[in-house]
Amino acid sequence: MCLAIPMRVTKIEGNPDDFSSSQIATVDADGIGREIRLDVVDRWPELGDYVIVHAGFAIHTLEAVEAEANIRLLRELAAGMPEELL
Amino acid sequence: MKYLDEFREKGLARPLVAELKRSVTRPLRVMEICGSHTMAIFRNGLRSILPEGFTLISGPGCPVCVTSASHMDAFISMAERPKVRVAIFGDLFRVPGSNGSLANASSRGAKVDIVYSPMDALELAVRNPEDLVVFLGVGFETTTPGIAATILAAKNRNIKNFTVFSTQKVMPPPLIALLGDPELKIDGLLCPGHVSSIIGAGAYQPLADTYHLACVVAGFETTDLLNGLILLARQVGQGVAKVENTYQRVVNWEGNLRAARMVDEIFEPTDMEWRGLGTIPGSGLAIRPKYADFDAQARLDIVLPHTTEAKGCRCGEILKGKSIPTQCPLFNTRCTPQNPIGPCMVSSEGTCAAYYKYGID
Repeated sequence: MCLAIPMRVTKIEGNPDDFSSSQIATVDADGIGREIRLDVVDRWPELGDYVIVHAGFAIHTLEAVEAEANIRLLRELAAGMPEELL
Repeated sequence: MKYLDEFREKGLARPLVAELKRSVTRPLRVMEICGSHTMAIFRNGLRSILPEGFTLISGPGCPVCVTSASHMDAFISMAERPKVRVAIFGDLFRVPGSNGSLANASSRGAKVDIVYSPMDALELAVRNPEDLVVFLGVGFETTTPGIAATILAAKNRNIKNFTVFSTQKVMPPPLIALLGDPELKIDGLLCPGHVSSIIGAGAYQPLADTYHLACVVAGFETTDLLNGLILLARQVGQGVAKVENTYQRVVNWEGNLRAARMVDEIFEPTDMEWRGLGTIPGSGLAIRPKYADFDAQARLDIVLPHTTEAKGCRCGEILKGKSIPTQCPLFNTRCTPQNPIGPCMVSSEGTCAAYYKYGID
């Protein structure tokens, strides 16, 4: 139920500070354009950002720097693993 | 897909499994709270590679599973009222109440629509002006902000036939209720990813402090999960209890403040009944009186029936981590995904459905 997946923002409408405006983004989900709501996203995205989408609402704009740091750490850990333990 | 594929990198799995094995230096019991984690762990085959001494138990984080029998009965009898149209997430459709499910009600003529988003339910209200549309709010913190935003949109657009029946629940209170049970001896929590995106990793600090629990927030891909399990094993091995976050790309310490403001505008804390756990103070969200026009319970004068849970079904014990599905006499005999008796077998995130699907003995 709490499944949410990252999608790339291709279009943005509305004003982040005005909740009575239509806060909508178009996202690209595997080549298909879809409209999602931005009413509750933590940080207003920029074009090209990825947002995490749950039940039609973006809930978070992905932090690319954090994702890269995370995967780099995992790769370092993997690279440092002694052969005999694998 | 970006942000998914790299966290599924095949070459990383073996070294991370080796690291996990090396990190387990004393036996530990960890509860994975979130139903999406339960499914992801099974799907990735992680149960079969858990090192000896690492016990993983499933917790109360499947929203359909923790919906009480009384609420199910109230949903179904409400759906059967004339001029009511119920909108639900698909998982709820086949959950049995004491007299059939919403699916059965629908086949008898009740108006039940499966929607992807609460906003779709609002559009249903626009398209069906003669009906009162009731969206059944069955979810945790991840779902609540969207429902709040939909209620606000209904108000702004002056749509008067849209309501919500809120059984929305919040996560920390049931965990505290569970941790008070001396029978449940756990060393750590694998904390949910998307709930934490809303409430922030900081929400678990009191659990780490008060109950000396290792708390690690993790994502849902193979390397996310392995990383989370490694950090839990390390903390327990070192005898420390702190909050760590391995899902920084989606979760920060303080949570989603825009969503929190939206939720606070529409909802207020209330006592909520959970399947298996009973009524837990402050564990639910009710629509504030200011927005009573959008509250189905107020508009339709709903009184919750006192329903007891299906006989023999151990969902309640399973949700508390006290039983595993194969210990239930109904599991894979009278209760299967085709003919479910308890919600843990119906929901795609239910522990029984996971055990059934992945054939764990």
